[in-house]
Amino acid sequence: MTDWSRDEIREVILDTIATIAPETDVEALDPGKPLREQVDLDSFDFLNVIVRLHERLGIGIPESDYGEFATLESAIAYLARRMAPRDS
Amino acid sequence: MREFRMPSLGADMDAGTLVQWLVKPGDAVKRGQVVAVVETQKGAIDVEIWESGTVDRLVVEPGAKVPVGEVLALLRAEGEAAAPTPAGATPAPAAAQPVSAATPPGLIPPQGPSSERARISPAARKRAEELGIDIAQVAPAEPGGVVSRADVERAAEAMNRAPAPSQPAAAPDWQAQMRRSIAAAMSRSKREIPHYYLATDIDVTATLDWLTGENLERSVKERLLPVVPLMKAVALALREVPELNGVWSDGAFQPSEAVHLGMAITMRGGGLVAPAIHDADKKTLDQLMADLRDLITRVRGGRLRSSEMADPTVTLTNLGDQGVEQVFPVIYPPQVAIIGLGRVTERPAIHEGAVAVRRIVTATLAADHRVSDGHRGALYLNALARALKSPEKLR
Repeated sequence: MTDWSRDEIREVILDTIATIAPETDVEALDPGKPLREQVDLDSFDFLNVIVRLHERLGIGIPESDYGEFATLESAIAYLARRMAPRDS
Repeated sequence: MREFRMPSLGADMDAGTLVQWLVKPGDAVKRGQVVAVVETQKGAIDVEIWESGTVDRLVVEPGAKVPVGEVLALLRAEGEAAAPTPAGATPAPAAAQPVSAATPPGLIPPQGPSSERARISPAARKRAEELGIDIAQVAPAEPGGVVSRADVERAAEAMNRAPAPSQPAAAPDWQAQMRRSIAAAMSRSKREIPHYYLATDIDVTATLDWLTGENLERSVKERLLPVVPLMKAVALALREVPELNGVWSDGAFQPSEAVHLGMAITMRGGGLVAPAIHDADKKTLDQLMADLRDLITRVRGGRLRSSEMADPTVTLTNLGDQGVEQVFPVIYPPQVAIIGLGRVTERPAIHEGAVAVRRIVTATLAADHRVSDGHRGALYLNALARALKSPEKLR
């Protein structure tokens, strides 16, 4: 698995949100505030976010981890954890 | 000769603008084939043809706004040849048609030698609609020429410089059109349909537990959304109370054998459409998920098909994602019922004789008193609750 920096992960997430909710000003998102309060995503959109992240990052995100996507900050932290090299 | 007419794509539509023909005279068409694109207040719709045959003549040119029911094209039925051609001979050239595809694109053919009407380009017509300008009042730049988009914009500018009219300037952008269209359908509903409303709390713990297990074994792309088993249950329960499934037409209820489940889908940036998932009661959950994915994707980025817009027999509106617990929905005419689902919440409930934390959704029903009454409506909600107790039967 390639090493991804937090900035790269952040870019992938913002890019994904911008694709699915094009009206969102992703650069203006407050990383600590709930995403659902800042982006108009329904459950279908959210599933699409998960599918795209899976395609871009190559990791499966189980439904039980959906709560990790509450804020941009928590999502980056979660994905960074999941993407970290296993032998570290 | 058969006539292909502008279809009604919902109770709120009285006319549509033909944007594009996807067939030309001489083409063989099959029932269900998309033959034209029509712009409505709810966006561009792919219009399907309902008979097989051969296109004889395209009566309406792109750019024209056409009332519902007006002839768009003429169709020869199978075996109904315009002129017999010897076997092996090449088909008659299209130029033989009175109005042919050979007309230069973008031009409305003159009505005849004596026609005094100005010719108008489709782009000009569209721009005039957008700007709320009467196209008949726009003169072409050159006398006798074609009214162009630039002519329309010049006319609009001139009007804006003129003293303000007593009414606010008409700027019917797409959003405003959509709002008006929804308002027209909902006003008609509230005016004509004697609604009654029922609500009940349904324990969906079994269904959602089953779904969690099911999704664990699936790849990300194959996961089912929680609404999918709910859709199936909504459709299956209608079999027990058929007077909620159908349309009110010509002063009488016409029940429908098939359950074409209209799904209320919000559009990005506002607005709402409720296209149908056909035969929802007979589809597997995987098929329903695939259909829902396809519909939402096309509502938000592509195009809907005329049959999806025209024939829902009942509607489901799911506002659970937005966090509300109950919906009091308004029936979409000519349908006679709409089911609403709120957010699934964890609530204390009695389960097997003890208080337990259960996942509960409030289901509501708005139905038409001309067709059914509260007793039957209550039976429906009970049937829905029952269907959701046995999720394995929903597959």
